[in-house]
Formats: sequence, structure tokens, C-alpha cells
Amino acid sequence: MSTVELIATILGGLTVGSALMVVLSTHPVRSVLFLILTFFMISANYIMLNAQFIAIVNIIVYAGAIMVLFLFVLMLLNLSKDTEPKTSVLMKISAAIAGGVLATVLVAALKDAAFETIENADNTIGLVEQLGMLLFDKYVLPFEVSSILFISAMVGAVLLSKKEKQIID
Amino acid sequence: MDTALLVEKSILILILFALSLGIAAYQTYFERKVAAWMQDRIGPNNAGPFGLLQPLADGGKLFFKEDFVPANADKFLFMIAPGIAMTVSLLTSVVIPWGPDIVAFGRTISLQVTDINIGILFIMGITSIGVYGIMIGGWASNNKYSLYSAIRASSQMISYELAMGLSVITVVLMGGSLSLREIVEAQHGFNWNIWYQPVGFIVFFVCSVAECNRAPFDMAECESELITGYHTEYGAMKMGFFLFAEYVNLFIASTVISCLYLGGYNFPGMDYFEGNLLSVISILVLFTKIVLVIFTFMWIRWTLPRFRYDQLMGLGWKKLIPIALINMVITAVVIAFTRGWFN
Repeated sequence: MSTVELIATILGGLTVGSALMVVLSTHPVRSVLFLILTFFMISANYIMLNAQFIAIVNIIVYAGAIMVLFLFVLMLLNLSKDTEPKTSVLMKISAAIAGGVLATVLVAALKDAAFETIENADNTIGLVEQLGMLLFDKYVLPFEVSSILFISAMVGAVLLSKKEKQIID
Repeated sequence: MDTALLVEKSILILILFALSLGIAAYQTYFERKVAAWMQDRIGPNNAGPFGLLQPLADGGKLFFKEDFVPANADKFLFMIAPGIAMTVSLLTSVVIPWGPDIVAFGRTISLQVTDINIGILFIMGITSIGVYGIMIGGWASNNKYSLYSAIRASSQMISYELAMGLSVITVVLMGGSLSLREIVEAQHGFNWNIWYQPVGFIVFFVCSVAECNRAPFDMAECESELITGYHTEYGAMKMGFFLFAEYVNLFIASTVISCLYLGGYNFPGMDYFEGNLLSVISILVLFTKIVLVIFTFMWIRWTLPRFRYDQLMGLGWKKLIPIALINMVITAVVIAFTRGWFN
């Protein structure tokens, strides 16, 4: 086993392990902390694939901003065993069925998937210059459309908060 | 990978580690002396000549204090929070170019641990995760003042990161690269970014003060409202770690400001020197700039009163972000015209 394979294996194990701990830990704040750890692991995987830009943007956006807001909200809630909403048996059964269906679909989709080995791949493909050229040249329309989507979401959020103020007045 | 490179990088990392901690320790002394000077006092003067051993005395005292964990705290998170704060603050120094290459033992030694081509984004990333130490520590203490402080710190960090990122974009446009080495080299001689980007510099500087949690933006500590904020329940060296991490952050922030806007290791007339002499002078120049920026941080702290929390948010969202945005658009248009990208 080469060094790269060894690192990839350990990293993969840690990624899956921390992702599992997100679901398995009982305390919400600890779940979020494991989710942050998972994002770091995913970034490490990106670096292994020579995609430095995506790796660091993943950390800035997800670990640095979105998860801070997650943690922010969770810290404000008084979460403990007593305040946890009681879930009925029916809910638990339906959740198990829904999860099982998803797992079946995933297994069915992936069991015949062939993993291609890419020989002599361009190892600068994940760097920021190449990514920028692709985004603003080949994929410029989808890129701009998605930015319009973000602007509309922002305008919507501002509008919603403005409306609430008028009602209070 | 050859062994010499590995040895050379390890030594550089060790030097940076020791330097960050040593400078952080002496910043506490420097801050007390500056404060004393501004308030017409003498400051620490008993431990050693001119009180120079004061940081050692303080550190030693913190080690011998009782290591206390509150009964209702989340023990594990309470223990690791200072460690997270410290680790994160020590990470940034690896991408900073400390000087031009040195030739020694027949090898060209780069004074930068790693020149990743997204250096500036790495710094932004580390800055954005810097708040976790404060948040986790504040929450795990199970104290309402600590929790308030954690919440304030997180919203402050997120708000000021935006304006900071927008002003960094102008620097990237000026240098034409995300690599810190190339950004610094583009400011050769006296061609510093501060002359071209005075507005961006001011925005970045104000945001750095806020990101370092320094007065007048130290809402996370705010003694008059929150006791001492997120480290209210901490004592002994765990509290020392939080304070230390803050001073390491201050050192790193000053270094980043020096590299992005004040020309890094460049100085006017650097073309008259060459070889190792140039490298040594460059390193000294960089550290002079860093000390001056640190002094400015302290000057601001002991001059201005603390902002109110809503004023802080208003400044971040309603003033700095629009200013940084307009600055960015103007810079982009001017650069596009002067470099003929519209033809």
C-alpha cells in the first residue's frame, strides 16, 4: 500500500466515523461539533484530490460561517433530555422505513457502478486559475443564473423581515 | 521528498512556533508599558531590569494557580476550548513569506513554510474558524455571561469577516494572485498597496481589530457588562491560553496587515542590496512594520472607549460593507481599463 493510499484510507475512515458520530451523539451541540469535524475531513479529502480552492472555500463557507450560525442557534435553545419532544412509535417506524428505502436506492444505484481509473489526469485542474477559467468561460450561464438565485433569496429575506416590522408598528 | 527539505521546514516551523509564543508573551509587557505611558504611569518595573521579566512571572503564576472546572460545565469541551483557540491562532504563520530566499549550506532556503497558491484564502479560512475556541469555551462554561459573550463573539466575527473578505479581494486584484508570496512581491520597493488602496486598508484594519476582539470592539469581553465574557469561569493556565491566543492573533493580524498593505518585507532602495544581506535586512524591515502595527493596535485600545453592541453591528453592516463593495468595484474597473482587458 502506497503512502497516498494509506492516507486516503485513514482519512476516509475518519470522515465516515465523524459523520456517523453526528447522527449517533445524543447531545445536539456535540452533533454540530462532529459535523464541523466532518467538514474538515471532507476538505482534507479535497486536498488529497489536489482541489485546494474547493477545500478552503468549503472551510470558509461551511465550517467558518454556516456551522457558526448552527452553533449560534443551538446555544440559544435550552436543550436537555426533559425538553426533548416525545416521538411516538409510529413516527419511529415510519422514519425507519424512509431511511431503509433511501439506503436501498443508494445500494441499488451504486452496486453496479464501475470505478474508472483516470490515468495522467491534469493535476492543475483543481487550482483556482483553471476553476476560474471554467466558471467564467464554459459555465458562465449556470454560474450567473445561480448568483441571481442567491440575490432573489436575499431580497426575499429582507422583504420578509421588513413586513414583520410594519405589522409590529 | 528529500531529507534536507524536511529538516529545513521543521526548523522553520519550530522557529515560528517559538517566535509566535515569545512575541505574544512580550506583547503583554509591551501593552502594559504602552498603557502606562499613555496614562502617565510607570508600568511594570519590578521584575528584572525595566520589568522585562514580568511576562515570565505572570506565566509562572498562572501555572501555579488552581486548575478549576465548574461543576455544571461540559467537562470535555471546557478542557479543549483553550487548546482550540491556541492551535487555530498558531496555524496562520505557515503561509506568511517572512523574507526573500536565503542561501546557506549550498541550498536556497525559502523563508515561507509553504507557498500554497491560495495563501490568502487560507488566512481567511483560519480567521473564520478562530471563533470556535471562544464559542465552545463560552457555551461549555454553563454561565450566562459566558454564553452571551460566545454569542456576541460569533455574530461579530461573521459580520466583520464579510467586509474583510471584500477588502482582501481588492488586494488580490492588485497583486493578480491569491498566493501571499506573489502579492508581497508585486509590492516591490516602495510600491505598497496602501498607496493605491487607502480605503481598503482602513476597512481591513478596522475589521482586524474586530476579528482580534480588541478594544474598542471587545464586545466578547466587555468587563462592564459581562464580567470578562467567555473566560469568566476559566482560571489558571486555561485562562492564560485564551489570553495568549488573543496575543498570538494580534501578532498574526499585524503580520498579515504588513504583508497585504505595507509591502511585507519590501522597502525602498532594496535593489542596492543582494543575497543574504538583503534577506536579513528584509526580515528586520518586516518585523519593524509588525511592531509598528502592533503599537497602533495598542494605541487604539488605550485611546478609544468601547462601542455599544448595536453601534458595532451598524458599523459593520451599514458602513464597512458598502464602502468595501464600492471600493472593490472601482478597483476592478480601473484595473480592467489600465490593463486593457476591454479591448
